[in-house]
Amino acid sequence: MENQHAEIVAVITMKPETVQGGGAPVFVVVDEMELQETSMTIEKIMDASAHEINKETRIIVAR
Amino acid sequence: MGTYLLPVIIGITFGFVARMLLLRTDFRQYPTYPTGRIIHLSFGFISAFIGAVAIPAVLESDWTAVTFLGLAATQFREVRKMERESLENIDTFELVKRGAPFIEGMAQAFESRNYLVMFTALITTLCAVFSFWIGVIGGIVMLVIVKFNMSGKFLSDIADVKEAEIRFEGPTLFVDDILIKNVGLEDTRKTITKQAVGAIVTPKNQNSIVTLSFLGQRQAMLHHVATILGSYLDSGEPALIPLTKRDMADGRIALFFLPREKDFNQIRAVLDKVPILDSAIRMPKEADKSNS
Repeated sequence: MENQHAEIVAVITMKPETVQGGGAPVFVVVDEMELQETSMTIEKIMDASAHEINKETRIIVAR
Repeated sequence: MGTYLLPVIIGITFGFVARMLLLRTDFRQYPTYPTGRIIHLSFGFISAFIGAVAIPAVLESDWTAVTFLGLAATQFREVRKMERESLENIDTFELVKRGAPFIEGMAQAFESRNYLVMFTALITTLCAVFSFWIGVIGGIVMLVIVKFNMSGKFLSDIADVKEAEIRFEGPTLFVDDILIKNVGLEDTRKTITKQAVGAIVTPKNQNSIVTLSFLGQRQAMLHHVATILGSYLDSGEPALIPLTKRDMADGRIALFFLPREKDFNQIRAVLDKVPILDSAIRMPKEADKSNS
């Protein structure tokens, strides 16, 4: 409940040109279905949660 | 010393009975452990004993014995420390955490119960010195006071609970009109729509707005619901962790959680019975805010 430190552990996107490289790996996918599947896989592996930035991009955030 | 034996025994008995009355295993499931029970009953016995012998010590002008009462208080602070430590250790493995303020409140309760027992034994012995029956009556009166006057306030005293709709606007999860969080996965959104329940807690006055804004109090509500009604949750599923958010404008609290039991009448009954933590009680209304 206290203020936690949050970190982006991965970025999944259909529009790689809108994401600049940084600390987190960027996964490039082709369609909505692959976007959902990849996000889900990474979410489960990292025990983190997926959040929607926009229709094309999801980020995986670990706390 | 023979003259005081009976009063002391009555004092110890009533003190010990008081401790047993206060030690109940309720839905919060603590203290359920047999070892925990033994610890508290023996501490209760010791404090009843200390309380009971205080009066004869005063009557005999044995002042050294009286000062030992002060020493006993230090011992009971240990009870608080012990409770706090064991509850904190357990809390790290809890799916929905109790939170440090809740634990502090429970530890405090355990300490104060020992003082209550000591006080009960003391008063009972004092009465019993005059006559056996006055002692018994005094003891029973103390038991009634201890049992019924020492329970704290509940959430229903300071706020109203009502059911609220869970809905998504795109990726954003709302409980009624209060924003909870952003959910990225279609699958998680489906689970939430199916399993989650929303509740809005509306404070009754200015004091309760401040009390409810306390994060510890909000975590206590979530823990309470999760222990009694279960939760649809596992470790490593941060997307499903129950959350509370506050409407900063009017102080309403939105609760988002995934209980196993979704009947809202039960949920309301459980939420109404959430204890108000001592550390959460704020009374800004009592403060002098005038420009003098």
